[in-house]
Amino acid sequence: MQMHQYQVTTEDHAVAKWAALAIALHVLEAIVPSPLPGVKPGIANIVVLLVLSQYGLRAAIWVSVLRVFASSLLLGQFLSPTFVLSLTGALCSLLILSVSVHLPKRFFSVVSLSVLAAFGHVIGQLCVVRLWLIPHNGISYLIPIFMTAALFFGVMNGMLVAYLQERFAKNTLEIQ
Amino acid sequence: MKLSPFFHRIKAFRLGDCVLILLSMLLVIWLYTYLWHHAPAKHVSIIQGNTVVGHYSLNQTRDIHVKGALGESVIQIVNGRARFLKSPCTNQYCVHQGWLSRAGQAAICLPNALILQLSGASLAFDTLSY
Repeated sequence: MQMHQYQVTTEDHAVAKWAALAIALHVLEAIVPSPLPGVKPGIANIVVLLVLSQYGLRAAIWVSVLRVFASSLLLGQFLSPTFVLSLTGALCSLLILSVSVHLPKRFFSVVSLSVLAAFGHVIGQLCVVRLWLIPHNGISYLIPIFMTAALFFGVMNGMLVAYLQERFAKNTLEIQ
Repeated sequence: MKLSPFFHRIKAFRLGDCVLILLSMLLVIWLYTYLWHHAPAKHVSIIQGNTVVGHYSLNQTRDIHVKGALGESVIQIVNGRARFLKSPCTNQYCVHQGWLSRAGQAAICLPNALILQLSGASLAFDTLSY
């Protein structure tokens, strides 16, 4: 019998730590009721964006996908339509992020990444809703609402990430 | 903790951010105007069961009497608007729905199996309801 030895890297520890925070935020957000069903701030994506800027895309994908699976298990939504929507949103925004990290940093801050990721999230979910859950063109009425929410919360989350990044940068400078 | 160079160069709202947010706002506004346009209706179709029993211009004033599954409903057309005026159904939802004036709107009376379907200059198939 062949034994496999798994080397746990510091990045693994970091991914686990940040994923735990993302899961906590996701569950917290699930508890808070929303005035409009389906419109949520997506505060767990703050963690994903922070991880993206600190550890790179690979770690961000890990945190985001772990967050989707673990929080769906915690909320009892695993393999339900909610879970599929959550996973689609996460994968679409990761796809957009994987492209948009190559935007020139001189002109585009994390705010842009946040907005683009939020749009990706919403567009992916609306596609799934149209193709699978509600196969009717009537849902096109909801597109402007969800896009407005994506823009608003995208900017808000992006600014929060920028603020946290500056705080973290200051702290590490002080430590040094 | 080791930080990537990307991390240090962040200062919120660079030029590209402002351009992107402005373009996104324009996109959202365009989406509202494109997807939420409410063209005034030109015609009303009266559907009984599965068949269209009448197609009338809204540019007139008249009452139309239509036989449904329960009995006779009265549909009123006045200056670009239409409504169920009288219905033999018990719940009277169709009557309480009131005036319809925009393309794509519909009033459905299930007990009497009658549908009013308003259409604009071009038929708005994306809002058909059954």
